[in-house]
Amino acid sequence: MASQYTVAHQRSATGIPTSKLALWWLLCSEIVIFGGVLASYLMFRLTHPEWSFDASHTNTMAGSINTFVLLTSSLFAVLAHHAAEMKDGPKAARYLMMTFGGGLLFLIIKGFEWSFEISHGYTITASRFWSFYYTAAGIHASHVIAGMIIMLWVANTARKGKDLHRVENVGLYWHFVDLVWIFLFPLLYIAK
Amino acid sequence: MIEMLRPQVSSFAGEIDSLIVMVTLIVGFWYLLTKGMFLYLLMAFRAKPGQKAQYITGKEKHLKKWVTIPHLVIILCDVVLVAGAVRVWYNVKQFMPEAEQTIRIVGQQWAWTFVHPGPDGELDTDDDIAMIDELHVQAGVTYHFMLESKDVLHDFSVPVFRLKQDAIPGRRILGWFKPEVAGEFDIQCAEMCGIGHGIMGAKLYVETPEQHAMWVNDNSLTEVAAATQTEVQR
Amino acid sequence: MSEAAVHPDGHEHDHHDHEMTFVEKWIFPLDHKYIGKQYLFTGMVMALFGGFLAYAFRMQLAWPGTDIPLFGHMSPAEYNAAVTNHGTIMIFWVAMPVLIAAFGNFLIPLMVGADDMVFPRLNRLSYQVFLLSAIVIVASLFVPGGGFGGAWTAYPPLSAVAAYNLTPQGSTMWLLAVALEFIAFLIGGINFITTAMNSRAPGMTWEKVPMVVWMICIASILFMASVGPLMAGAVMLLFDQTIGTGFFDPARGGDPILWQHLFWFFGHPEVYVVLLPATGMVAEIVPTFARKKLFGYKTVLFTAIGTGVLSFFVWAHHQFIAGIDPRMANVFTITTVLISIPIAEMMFLYIATLYGGSIRFTTPMLWALGFIFAFLIGGVTGIPLGASGADIYFHDSYFVIAHFHFTFFPIAFIGTFAGLTYWYPKMFGRMMNETLGKIHFWGTMISFHCLFIPMFVLGLAGQHRRIYDFTNFPELGVPFLQDIRVFCTSALLVLLAFQFVFLYNFIVSMFRGEKASENPWNANTLEWATPSPPGHGNFKEFPNVYRGPYEYSVPDRESDFWPQHHPA
Ligand code: HEA
Ligand code: HEA
Ligand code: CUA
Ligand SMILES: [Cu+2]
Repeated sequence: MASQYTVAHQRSATGIPTSKLALWWLLCSEIVIFGGVLASYLMFRLTHPEWSFDASHTNTMAGSINTFVLLTSSLFAVLAHHAAEMKDGPKAARYLMMTFGGGLLFLIIKGFEWSFEISHGYTITASRFWSFYYTAAGIHASHVIAGMIIMLWVANTARKGKDLHRVENVGLYWHFVDLVWIFLFPLLYIAK
Repeated sequence: MIEMLRPQVSSFAGEIDSLIVMVTLIVGFWYLLTKGMFLYLLMAFRAKPGQKAQYITGKEKHLKKWVTIPHLVIILCDVVLVAGAVRVWYNVKQFMPEAEQTIRIVGQQWAWTFVHPGPDGELDTDDDIAMIDELHVQAGVTYHFMLESKDVLHDFSVPVFRLKQDAIPGRRILGWFKPEVAGEFDIQCAEMCGIGHGIMGAKLYVETPEQHAMWVNDNSLTEVAAATQTEVQR
Repeated sequence: MSEAAVHPDGHEHDHHDHEMTFVEKWIFPLDHKYIGKQYLFTGMVMALFGGFLAYAFRMQLAWPGTDIPLFGHMSPAEYNAAVTNHGTIMIFWVAMPVLIAAFGNFLIPLMVGADDMVFPRLNRLSYQVFLLSAIVIVASLFVPGGGFGGAWTAYPPLSAVAAYNLTPQGSTMWLLAVALEFIAFLIGGINFITTAMNSRAPGMTWEKVPMVVWMICIASILFMASVGPLMAGAVMLLFDQTIGTGFFDPARGGDPILWQHLFWFFGHPEVYVVLLPATGMVAEIVPTFARKKLFGYKTVLFTAIGTGVLSFFVWAHHQFIAGIDPRMANVFTITTVLISIPIAEMMFLYIATLYGGSIRFTTPMLWALGFIFAFLIGGVTGIPLGASGADIYFHDSYFVIAHFHFTFFPIAFIGTFAGLTYWYPKMFGRMMNETLGKIHFWGTMISFHCLFIPMFVLGLAGQHRRIYDFTNFPELGVPFLQDIRVFCTSALLVLLAFQFVFLYNFIVSMFRGEKASENPWNANTLEWATPSPPGHGNFKEFPNVYRGPYEYSVPDRESDFWPQHHPA
């Protein structure tokens, strides 16, 4: 095929670029998924005061550091977007790699945190609170991993100066992942 | 009409049946009207040679009223429907009349256990009569029931009572009924509960006061009651 | 935006130039028309499978315990698995893929005047995930322990604990298949919505978009907005099944009712997800053959949106007697009865479209009218169920079964047949046989009514669902009721027999049918402005749009139709 894109893709009747429009719809569908998890959790939490005992065993410190790590990585995503606007592909790629690094750090901290908790008997089956704790954070972490993989790919094309609009899109996705954590953190760690 | 298919045995069966009839009449009227109109238009406007269809956008006031007015009337009908439904619902499920007797119903894969109060009329005393897949009640007496489940969801359903209620493990659900006609009837489980769901039936015996007294007497004099009870608890 | 900017180096011609190979068409297609057909054929195969399951368990109900031809003896566990998978397959692997994915794929790019979907690769991925899910659900019936038998609603703890359902592998595979199917449709839905929003031909403003495109998009949005919580629930249920968390297990502090809320919060909007595309197709077909403008385009649109919005507030009408707070039932009765308002309005508008028309009873038109005819019964019988007091008696009885087959069958089969016979010339370049089409129509309609109307009576007689042998119950085993069951099953056999007329017509016409012209029905929408079947890239010259899709019989014009792309 002569072009990577269909005519359909290149049209923009709404004025929003096609890939960005699709991304927004993707985020909408993700919001309801996390909405479902959080609503279920809240329903339990509000009717089971005894959960706060379990919750007090979460590692608030690790959680706060991770919040900070994710927020920083989001900042790099913004910088990458900025560089892409300036048509500076290599620079955008570098920033994306820093965002990627943030994601990696997040996962490493999470890994230590979880192994510590699991070794102390707080496994996913220990109580309903811990079931939610691992499930909600696990679904979130899988999004972090997916975002990181896409980021590697986008960084690779951006380095060659191609498809720079994707930098903004992956950044948007990353902000969303970040935002979900901003909801999870207080609900799982702080509410005691 | 429904009582021809299934007799009305509880105090509220008639009420539920009349609600069904009322709803059927209202929606049936609209259904027939709509379908009549539909079929009439199909006949009246079938293609005829040399005749062109009219150009109508749907904004014409004199035509639009044919849709708008019925539509408004339906909203009115909806109010009547809701009022009827909520009234019956309140009487059957929300409002609990004073109990004269209380029974416990326990569902498990795939049998029902009915714990009747014994001669003393009190539940959870030594003379309780527990029975598997048999419920004995006395006509004219208002019963409360406590519905429980040991494993999965079940549903205590008595078609002749027009009564249905899910049993949920870990919860105790309260309800009531008042049988009015003596006889032998079916109890069915109405919630999918596994392989044996299809055979999870039980018998309901609605008895006259004399019969019931005799039954209570028979089952409390002998050791049967105690035996069944330990059997059930095991 | 000017056309030149849209395709800067004129490469759109490349799309037409080369003939696609077999692999490019059928194995790894990127072309939306072939992906649509893949969905269609997969859906048809699954329909035959779901129909076979229905045949098997209906035979068991009519003649309990006897050997069923082509199936053999049916055990209670097999009965449950057959019913569960029949329901799941018919909804998720027949109605959804055919109505949304097959027609959505085929129609949206053509009707909005584009060359393809915005993301062809994603589109292909969506089908591949879907195909995988179909394989998993079919395979789940053959694993040790048998297929999942806990009903399509999969209420825990039964579905969550292998010791209760006794199908450890079947239930997990069932859940995985459903989750995969959801993913496939999320991907597909994003593609549909984005294409319809962004790739419309110049001049096609929102009130000039054909109704079926609107309906498929609204349906996709509904799906997207409702399925999320159930996706979360599915993960939770999967963990309950496999690693022993207890989200839904009351013995360990979980809550089985939570699943019901998650399920029905999706489950109710889901019924409108399949309803809307079917009504959309009816909205295309009725104006074409009545040679009339659709009565009140915008109102139809608002009724669809209204139905969609309201559908999020009615879910607990499936749980009236499930042990929720009885006061909640009153709220949900009100919302449920309210939903009759937009749907009644929509039906009235379709019927009003007939007024003043010049109606031609071709096969597609017969199916479209048949849809309205049958769906009205399904719709009005939803009201007694929504009336909480009456639902105490009707819940989980055959009245419910009859109600929803009178909605689902019109949608999944009658509506699909309407769409298929209407767009067949465009899909395969040939016409279907009208005589066979009409035989199929009358045979199906009559046997369908004979099949399900008696089930209302069974429901009124207090017969419950999901029971494999009613002769076990003294009240239900009486000859009068058993005769009705035999009658239903016989009607099903007739119904099935007539489907072979369709299959014959469908397959043979593909090769022998009369060659179709570009616009055999003299219709207005853009898909008729390109050869039948359209080549790769769809349009030789991308059309501009000058008017709405339903300008039939405009006064002072020679012909009684006025295609959207003809300049004034
Ligand atoms: C596509 C499928 C579809 C559609 C469109 C509908 C439409 C409706 N359904 Fe149905 N329903 C199902 C599929 C569907 N349903 C399924 C699958 C189940 C069972 C699930 C299970 O348990 O397995 C079910 C079960 C179900 C229940 C639960 C029953 C129970 O288990 O106890 C209820 C209760 O309220 C209900 C109500 C309604 C209502 C009010 C509508 C309304 O949308 C109908 C509105 C339409 C009309 C009303 C007709 C047009 C109007 C007129 C002609 C005007 C006259 C009308 C009035 C005066 C009111 N449905
Ligand atoms: C779209 C939904 C759909 C459709 C179309 C059907 C179609 C049919 N259904 Fe089913 N049914 C359900 C959804 C559906 N059903 C659901 C959700 C349940 C509840 C399950 C549960 O309780 O968990 C159920 C349950 C159910 C029961 C209750 C079982 C019980 O509770 O014990 C019965 C009983 O008679 C039944 C019968 C039938 C019959 C005879 C058909 C016939 O109409 C089928 C006829 C088949 C065909 C006509 C196929 C022919 C194929 C082709 C012609 C190929 C071409 C196809 C295309 C172009 C698409 N169904
Ligand atoms: Cu117990 Cu079904
Ligand atoms: Cu519903």
